[in-house]
Amino acid sequence: MELTTFWFILIAVLFVGYFVLEGFDFGVGMLVGLLAKNEKERRVLLNTVGPVWDGNEVWLLVGGGALFAAFPEWYATLFSGFYLPLLLILVALIIRGVAFEYRGKRDDDTWRARWDWAIIVGSFVPALLWGVAFANIVRGVPLDSAHEYTGGFFNLLNPYALLGGLVTLTAFIVHGAFFVALKTVGDIRERAHKLGQQVGLLCAALAVAFIVWTGIDQGQLAVWILGALAAVAFLAGLGASLKQRDGWAFVGTALTIGLVVSMLFVGLFPDVLPSTIDAAYSLTTTNASSTPYTLKIMSWVAVFFTPIVIGYQSWSYWVFRKRIGVQHIPDPVAPKA
Amino acid sequence: MDSALELARWQFGITTVYHYLFVPITISMSFLVAIMQTFWWRTGDEKWLRLTRFFGKLFLINFAMGVVTGIVQEFQFGMNWSSYSRFVGDIFGAPLAIEGLLAFFLESTFLGLWIFGWDRLKPGLHLMTIWIAAIGTALSAYFILAANSFMQNPQGFTMNTDRGRAELTDFAAVLLNKVTLVTVPHTLLAAFMVGGAFVAAIAMWHILRRPESGVEAFVSAAKLGAVTLLIAGLGSVLSGDIQGKIMTEVQPMKMAAAEALYEDADGCAPFSVLTIGTLDGSESVFSIEVPCVLSQLATGSFDGKVRGINSLNAEYAKTFADSGITNFAPNIPVTYWSFRLMMGLGFLAMAVGAWILWALRKGRVPSLETKSGKWLLRAAILLPFMPLFANSFGWIFTEMGRQPWVVFGLMPTAAGVSPSVSAAHVWTSLITFTLLYGALAVVEIKLLMTYINKGLPPADPPTVRDDDSETPLAFAY
Repeated sequence: MELTTFWFILIAVLFVGYFVLEGFDFGVGMLVGLLAKNEKERRVLLNTVGPVWDGNEVWLLVGGGALFAAFPEWYATLFSGFYLPLLLILVALIIRGVAFEYRGKRDDDTWRARWDWAIIVGSFVPALLWGVAFANIVRGVPLDSAHEYTGGFFNLLNPYALLGGLVTLTAFIVHGAFFVALKTVGDIRERAHKLGQQVGLLCAALAVAFIVWTGIDQGQLAVWILGALAAVAFLAGLGASLKQRDGWAFVGTALTIGLVVSMLFVGLFPDVLPSTIDAAYSLTTTNASSTPYTLKIMSWVAVFFTPIVIGYQSWSYWVFRKRIGVQHIPDPVAPKA
Repeated sequence: MDSALELARWQFGITTVYHYLFVPITISMSFLVAIMQTFWWRTGDEKWLRLTRFFGKLFLINFAMGVVTGIVQEFQFGMNWSSYSRFVGDIFGAPLAIEGLLAFFLESTFLGLWIFGWDRLKPGLHLMTIWIAAIGTALSAYFILAANSFMQNPQGFTMNTDRGRAELTDFAAVLLNKVTLVTVPHTLLAAFMVGGAFVAAIAMWHILRRPESGVEAFVSAAKLGAVTLLIAGLGSVLSGDIQGKIMTEVQPMKMAAAEALYEDADGCAPFSVLTIGTLDGSESVFSIEVPCVLSQLATGSFDGKVRGINSLNAEYAKTFADSGITNFAPNIPVTYWSFRLMMGLGFLAMAVGAWILWALRKGRVPSLETKSGKWLLRAAILLPFMPLFANSFGWIFTEMGRQPWVVFGLMPTAAGVSPSVSAAHVWTSLITFTLLYGALAVVEIKLLMTYINKGLPPADPPTVRDDDSETPLAFAY
């Protein structure tokens, strides 16, 4: 296999990892507004992701870094071209990250309510915009002969991309709900299942439309197969949720997200960012890549260290494997405002 | 200030200086908290556990800001500096990606385990998690400095004129760049000055202002902090001295700019402690000079020759004739004063650190009853800001001193900016980040003050919880 192909796959793996992992913590963040009925329940939700959300987010940083290292042209065009959406995502990730750490640091309802909004909005915005961004990447954007993005902000808000955004938004809510069902006990677990199923129906309809649209646009058989598998995995996940099989429901949404992201990358290949002006202006795995020497070094680093990372990150999930409920939430010890 | 280039430079400066307020605290405090927890683990003395919890909390309040402002740094290269990213990506991207894979995963995963793991991990294992996170912060420093050192002193590359970019030929040369090797210790030691000052200052404040509680623990913390500050300060001076000589070798213009030295000095060049005047090469109004010290700083010999801005400018105009640059000198007042503020604030911090150790000698505990106690309190309140801002000025010096290049000798800064990004775009992000960062700074400082004021938490020795326990968790958001 060409090193450039290997790195294309590795970038896909990193973004699959990112969306499967941070997907549920974005979902949990939104459920703070959608599911929790009181302060204790909000804290139950936040503590299901407390020890792991930051590690999940590093998948984005490593994905971005890998993009820079392996496909600098892709990184440069994408990040300068998708300027305003990325700015919004950055602001969201900033307020959300700070909110997780600061929310409980004062015993004050107004204080907590403000940070709750930061968590809800900070999870909603990237959940929507990542779908918009990735749909645009696959669909293609206006790139000139120098591979510079020539479209504006509203160019990115086309129907296909907006549909993609709604798919990630709803999928992450369902994924988050099934994660909560898997990690909690008591009343909130029941309600998480129910909410996941309801949003799941909406998500299924949107996702099928998006998959069919992608399949028609891209045309490869593999896209259709991955899309179909994603749909099956999602329905199986919903079915498992109906039977209160928490683990399988979560596996179902995790597989769905992984398969949809894989489908997008397969549809994209061998381009990495197609140009809608002229196919000759498209960025491809070849014309966007680093030198074979850099790719070779990065391959050794990735092959050696990625399993270690996956190993200790899995261990941290194992350490925090126990379900939590309202009875496990300690009283606030933070200073009064 | 209406071009995307100017705005993008301001944005990089503002977001980077801001991000770097949290970085040295994160690096040094992770190790200092790990040391405190190790003392508790080894001695069983609860005062160390209380200190671990107290300073651990302050560390985490700071860490959250470091993490979120760090994401901006990685995105910013592509957003505002896409031409730069295309040009150096083959070389610069690798250490960035490796930093994420090797360092950020360690930091985030093991800090999560440390924060939430008090009652889930055995004490030895729990202690290990903070050490691993601390090692992650140091690894992170190494890789990002390797990337930065390429910009100061490009090594291990070849120019591909067809692709219009620099390409990696020798990764070891990037990782073992002599600028990297001397910048890493200098940066880490300077970071430890901040953590040491932070711990010593807060401990002294408590000893003086809250003598009724926890004095014994805070005396230990003040000593730990002050000793760290002094050792790291001494190390910063020594490593900085070597760094100055390497800088003179690879970036002589930066050394000339540090002194505002316009004409070549044939030997025994004086170092000016301060100058009142315009720093434009004309006769200064007033200047305090120490003879021959610049020669020593730059060359290691009191009689060494130091090149001046004018002759370097003339030489570079020939060497880099096709670079499009006409003036190869950086902004002299900025380099001159940032260099002095870096050193001056660093030395001042060391002096306060020594004063704290003196005030605590042989079991003495200073109090506000005495005049010297009152002065010590004032000094302690200012202490954390001295090495912290010294770090900022060090970065401002080294980055501004590289101008007008973004990659020395290879790419002018003006050529690195994103061609597809308009000034309106950069205004939008510049205003957004500045307002957001400003608001978060207010929140962060208030929170730190609240927790500093609150004093030592109870020791509350952790016990590993039973899997089916229905009791509340030791820590929860």
